[in-house]
Amino acid sequence: MIEFVLNGEKVSWEGPDTERLLDVLREDFRLTGVKCGCKEGECGACSVIFDGELANSCLIPMAKADGAEIMTIEGLRELDCFRVLDRAFAEPAAVQCGFCTPGMVLAAYSLLKKNPHPDENEIRDGLSGNLCRCTGYRAIVEAVKLAAKEGGKW
Amino acid sequence: MSDSIGTPVIKKDHCDKISGRALYTDDWPMDGVLYGRILRSKKARARIVDIHLPPLPEGCYIIDRNDVPGVNRVHIVKDDCPVFADDTVEYIGEAILMVAGPDKKETGRIRDSIEVEYEELEPVLDVLKSEECFFEYGCSRGDLDAELERADFVYEEQFRSGSQEQAYLEVQGMEGMWQDGITSVRGSMQCPYYVHRALAGVMAVDEDHVRVLGEVTGGGFGGKEDYPSILAAQVAVAAKKTGKPVRCVFERREDIECTSKRHPSLYNIKAAVRDGRVTALDVDIVLDAGAYTTLSAVVLQRAVIAAEGIYNIPVLKVRGRAMKTNTVPNGAFRGFGGPQSFYALELLFDHIAQKLGRDSLEFRLEHCAQKGDPTSTGGIFHFDVPIPEMVEELSKLCGYGEKHKKYAAEQSGRYRRGIGMSLFYHGAGFTGAGERDMIKAVLRLKKNRDDNVEILSANMDIGQGLTTTFAKIAARELGLPLDRVTVADPDTSFVPDSGPTVASRSIMVVGELIRRAAARLKEQWVSGEECIVEERFREPDFVLPFDPERFEGDAYPTFSWGVQAVELETDTLTGYTRILGAWGDYDIGTVIDENIARGQMEGGFLQGISYASMEQIPADKSGRIRNSSFSDYLIPTAADIPVLETIFHPVEYSDGPYGAKGAGELPTAGGAPAWLMAMQQIVCRELNCIPFTTEDTLRTLGEVSE
Repeated sequence: MIEFVLNGEKVSWEGPDTERLLDVLREDFRLTGVKCGCKEGECGACSVIFDGELANSCLIPMAKADGAEIMTIEGLRELDCFRVLDRAFAEPAAVQCGFCTPGMVLAAYSLLKKNPHPDENEIRDGLSGNLCRCTGYRAIVEAVKLAAKEGGKW
Repeated sequence: MSDSIGTPVIKKDHCDKISGRALYTDDWPMDGVLYGRILRSKKARARIVDIHLPPLPEGCYIIDRNDVPGVNRVHIVKDDCPVFADDTVEYIGEAILMVAGPDKKETGRIRDSIEVEYEELEPVLDVLKSEECFFEYGCSRGDLDAELERADFVYEEQFRSGSQEQAYLEVQGMEGMWQDGITSVRGSMQCPYYVHRALAGVMAVDEDHVRVLGEVTGGGFGGKEDYPSILAAQVAVAAKKTGKPVRCVFERREDIECTSKRHPSLYNIKAAVRDGRVTALDVDIVLDAGAYTTLSAVVLQRAVIAAEGIYNIPVLKVRGRAMKTNTVPNGAFRGFGGPQSFYALELLFDHIAQKLGRDSLEFRLEHCAQKGDPTSTGGIFHFDVPIPEMVEELSKLCGYGEKHKKYAAEQSGRYRRGIGMSLFYHGAGFTGAGERDMIKAVLRLKKNRDDNVEILSANMDIGQGLTTTFAKIAARELGLPLDRVTVADPDTSFVPDSGPTVASRSIMVVGELIRRAAARLKEQWVSGEECIVEERFREPDFVLPFDPERFEGDAYPTFSWGVQAVELETDTLTGYTRILGAWGDYDIGTVIDENIARGQMEGGFLQGISYASMEQIPADKSGRIRNSSFSDYLIPTAADIPVLETIFHPVEYSDGPYGAKGAGELPTAGGAPAWLMAMQQIVCRELNCIPFTTEDTLRTLGEVSE
């Protein structure tokens, strides 16, 4: 039995230690805001906050999840600070096809939590593990700048 | 100005997508749905001698060509791509059969334990060795031989370009159902009615017995124009055989290995130069079509039509061929043959200018087509060509002239810089007589009793923002607040065929149908009553009708124009090149939403830049793609492009909604030539091959210094 905190709630899960956290979140917990883009840790679509750090859930075996605290977009969207990110991403239309977006928003949250006033390079660096094929990134970087300016309880 | 239609709004799909609530194909529950896994050819060309199947557990099925109720061919332009392989396979990755079962892992294990006995045949992997021409098109004007004879000199050069993967973040995925004789398919796609038509043939039913629903789609860029018809056919056949819904969602590697990409190209060009001007062009184009025809006919047409660049040259001859090879079929990718042509033509003119000792930009502008000039197919540029003004605007924005002069001087030291500027267009709408003869778009607006209005169209919001821009057009014409207009789900059981989501046609063609329907609905408006208004495409009066047999006439009613500049800095020690800035100026007519249009321009520009600089698909000797994952097929990250600026130079188009023209594909055409011209200043050599990678940079710097 593997026990962990998922979006603020204690949960338990039974199954092979080697299952991917990504598959368990999507299939067993029905958290489909976690997207699968590559299963190789390259695209960031499956990003979650894992013990306070941005992580690719496709690279995490369930054994590692025991005792961990995990937040997905479904958890983040319930927090007050999500409203700041939501508005900031809406204003420059930083969401196009939307498939990278939940992961990208978690990356933005993770960055701002550690560094509430990042400069341009720090923003680009903080988002560089999350691929977006639609935007050219300018609008997403602008969204993070807007969110930083607005400020929030990250 | 808040009353301008371009004033940005919050996108209608924003909330669902940012909160993770939007359900893409693989996000729906699997209740009672079987997983489909496809067994694919491991040989580039072979006869299938035998297939050894393991014993199947209860509830698992094998689906192959024998299960196809109708023709075992997927209709795209022609009908040549099998649903499941017949006796032979033509490329590595071709579908042989599908395993369907209730458990994902077990289904995969069964698939992997199947042994296929092949009798290998010699594959054609080099396009120059191909003897099978799928399609040939050409156009000409004037006496080429006489002009070559008369020339001061004839300049000859060869240009090569490689493949490019669309790399949409959501992989291909489709779910099929079969109930009471009705085939239903839903999934990730650009063109519900393309899928619809293909299914009717494969399932041997009339079109009333097919239903296609486009789901939330995570990017397309052309990659979901043709391929979804193939995958839809496979899941539909599986659903009929099993009697259960069957879903097939690809792995990333599978997606890169077996779905269509941008056509690699080879351009051999001769240019006659007389009195300091290019007076004739002889362009020979070879596109690598891959193993099946898919959309190569239309991609080739666009490449041929754009083979004069933005220029007006007195004498012209273009011959283009799409040749078969035993590689993954190439198909639609944003730009659709245009990026290959503009890259070759921009570099050609740049190199001729160098030879004449002329300034490249000045030389190119001297040859630029103007309003009233003939197009390559004997049509007319009916509207203003704003390229000269756009060049001026963009030069001012990025300091082009000064930088270009500075970087042209000999550079020493570890870091060297370069800047390049490209001039290009995109023919707006479907090529040739397509809109008039094939697509014949139909659009409906439905006013409900609550006085809210629904737009019934088959066009897909694949990220480019159609649910917002379509609604903005209708709301403006009706004088309604935006929240009272919605775009209905693209479900072929109740939306008309407004045509595919391709060719930068959605806003210009379908958007204008929406505007006209809204104008009529407004006249008929009775509060509290339901009303449906229908509009059909009609060709604008000014168009010189395109004759597909003679390949003559207006291939497009109008053109969108672009100018892009790229500034680079290379570390000569490592060969690594950093983008210092990328600037674009675009005429897409009236901008329907500034944010959305800017997002389209920026994303397309970056795809064009990485097409020239980093994206490549090398194959090994057996024809196997060597880099089928995001670990080794690299696309740009947020750290790769610090400055990306966009300005618009709108020239209103008489027959587009509020003056709008095609937008989505335009920005992808100029990235490669601008990037390569900047790189030429750094390596001090004329370049004619893309991608030009870090390794190429180091090699060239080494050669030049020797």
